[in-house]
Amino acid sequence: MKFLFDSNTWQEIFGSISKNKTRTIITVIGVLWGIFIYVALSGAAKGLDNGFDKAFKTVAMNSMFVWAQNTSMPYDGFKTGRPMQLKLGDVETLENRIPEIQYIAPRITQGQFGSKPVYTVRGQKSGSYTLNGDYPIYTKISTKKIFDGGRFINQEDMDQARKVIVIGERVQQELYKKGEDPVGSYVRVGNVYFQVIGVHKLAQGVSFDSDSAMFIPFSTYRKLYNSGDNVGYLCIAAYDDADVVQVEKDIKAILKSTHRVNPKDERAFGSFNLGERFGEIMGFADGLTFMSLVVGIATILAGVIGIGNILLISVKERTKELGVRRALGATPSEVRNQIILESVFLTLIAGVVGIILGAGLLSGLNAFTKDADFPYANPTVPIPYVLGALAIMVILGTLIGLIPAQRAVSIKPIDALREE
Amino acid sequence: MIEIKDLHKSYKMGSNSLHVLKGINFSVKEGELVAIMGSSGSGKSTLLNILGMLDELDEGSYDLDGVPIKNLNETKAAQYRNKFLGFVFQSFNLINYKSAMENVALPLYYQKVGRKERQEKALKYLEQVGLKEWATHLPNELSGGQKQRVAIARAMAAEPKVLLADEPTGALDSKTSYEVMDLIQKINDQGNTILLVTHEPDIADMCKRIVHLKDGVIIEDKKVEQVRASQYV
Repeated sequence: MKFLFDSNTWQEIFGSISKNKTRTIITVIGVLWGIFIYVALSGAAKGLDNGFDKAFKTVAMNSMFVWAQNTSMPYDGFKTGRPMQLKLGDVETLENRIPEIQYIAPRITQGQFGSKPVYTVRGQKSGSYTLNGDYPIYTKISTKKIFDGGRFINQEDMDQARKVIVIGERVQQELYKKGEDPVGSYVRVGNVYFQVIGVHKLAQGVSFDSDSAMFIPFSTYRKLYNSGDNVGYLCIAAYDDADVVQVEKDIKAILKSTHRVNPKDERAFGSFNLGERFGEIMGFADGLTFMSLVVGIATILAGVIGIGNILLISVKERTKELGVRRALGATPSEVRNQIILESVFLTLIAGVVGIILGAGLLSGLNAFTKDADFPYANPTVPIPYVLGALAIMVILGTLIGLIPAQRAVSIKPIDALREE
Repeated sequence: MIEIKDLHKSYKMGSNSLHVLKGINFSVKEGELVAIMGSSGSGKSTLLNILGMLDELDEGSYDLDGVPIKNLNETKAAQYRNKFLGFVFQSFNLINYKSAMENVALPLYYQKVGRKERQEKALKYLEQVGLKEWATHLPNELSGGQKQRVAIARAMAAEPKVLLADEPTGALDSKTSYEVMDLIQKINDQGNTILLVTHEPDIADMCKRIVHLKDGVIIEDKKVEQVRASQYV
């Protein structure tokens, strides 16, 4: 192994490589292309992955919604088609009985799912918007970005049933002049005046609420509309390591038993499981990453085989040179090492250049997609992956170099010299 | 320096075997300049290849500077070649992507001589063959005679015990041939042992001893009055 650290060895190899430029370039291109594709593909896949992550950043990944519908089976003396109604009591029951639930936010709403939006007035301007009665904990499930100077509903608002409201970006645009600060001002919702405490910004990516949604404390809502313990729907977030599909089943089972619904009735309660959908999307991204890995490795493999191929041809071409070297005293192992090192060196150069080019492409892509409305962010390839690919290439380069090296040694110097 | 006793060599050609060397007895002392002559097929190149450890003998013995040369593996043969022998070929066999100096330095590389010293030595030998100014030129920028002189410098660079030249003038016109022979004579004058294979009588006459080979045996081995090549140059 001493020859590896001998500067003379490298001078000899560098001489041989640098003076056969065409051959070197052609040899290098195969592997260069391979690692370039590998870096570009896996970086792009990672970018998509990151993009999804970013899009879902504002919502709890393991979240779901549950709402009430009508029964479709008779049960316990009740006839079919009985309308269901979720109550605040259900929240407590679920929280107590399902430990996997991290947050549960009951909500009551107007202006969604076919109900009439609320007529809202400020001075001469007016509009109709969705109105939600919310718990402060709701922001744990779906983050609300509030513009500077404002805030979301807090526990005191709830306790005192304050008439405070958080309005959406569009509401602000439609009811206020440009540059006017809405925080502290009053809007009339229906027949009641509310003080604006914040304006929520429309989240990039996935959001449960539109930019025209308005939020008031749940307690205020129920007083105002006399809705009692009624709940529109439940927003539930499970812990990250929980099985969301199972949690969803458990929730429905408990709701069915407390509301005296046939356990087999699939229609009584509706739900939308975001965690499940999200898992599918992430699965797609993972698949993409895996595919890019496979394609990249395969391309690198093809490139390395190409290097071996060209070295094999070049050994034939250089039979005489190698014969001369051996006549001058090169031992078979010196000749073999030279060929292998040429192979490894070429592979390494190609790899490094390919990685640099790939990284260049990724940074270009990054700059290009920065502001695009597309789930794509920060395309990177983890350093261990790059080093791993490089290591694979060096190992393959050595192995593939063995073939031409063995060929070079197997030709006797006398035959090599005789060849004209 | 060279001691050959009852040397036999045959090549297998399918089922036939071709007996090329049929009992050669031959010795060379230090400082000799020997021409090996013979028509093609006489076995002279085979003899030179065996002397150069590029080929193995079948029977007999070969001692080089007191070292028996027998059953060498490739690695050992390469080391002996590097230590004992310098080669000059008819077709020069310079490495075409290396400059004259790098070509000359190559055997020193395989002797594990450092880069600086290699270059110094290479320049010294190039100066001896009168090509110091051409040190950085590639072989294809040199004439045939110049190439052969570079090749001779390369053979000398390793400071071998014996210089083996296989038709060193075979690819050169007569004027250049004499220049090359002049150089070989000068190297011999310094005390180096040289064996050269040729089929040109005038080249052979420039050596000190002529060994005539025919059909695998030595038919004549005579000392001759050396003709100096310098008078033709």
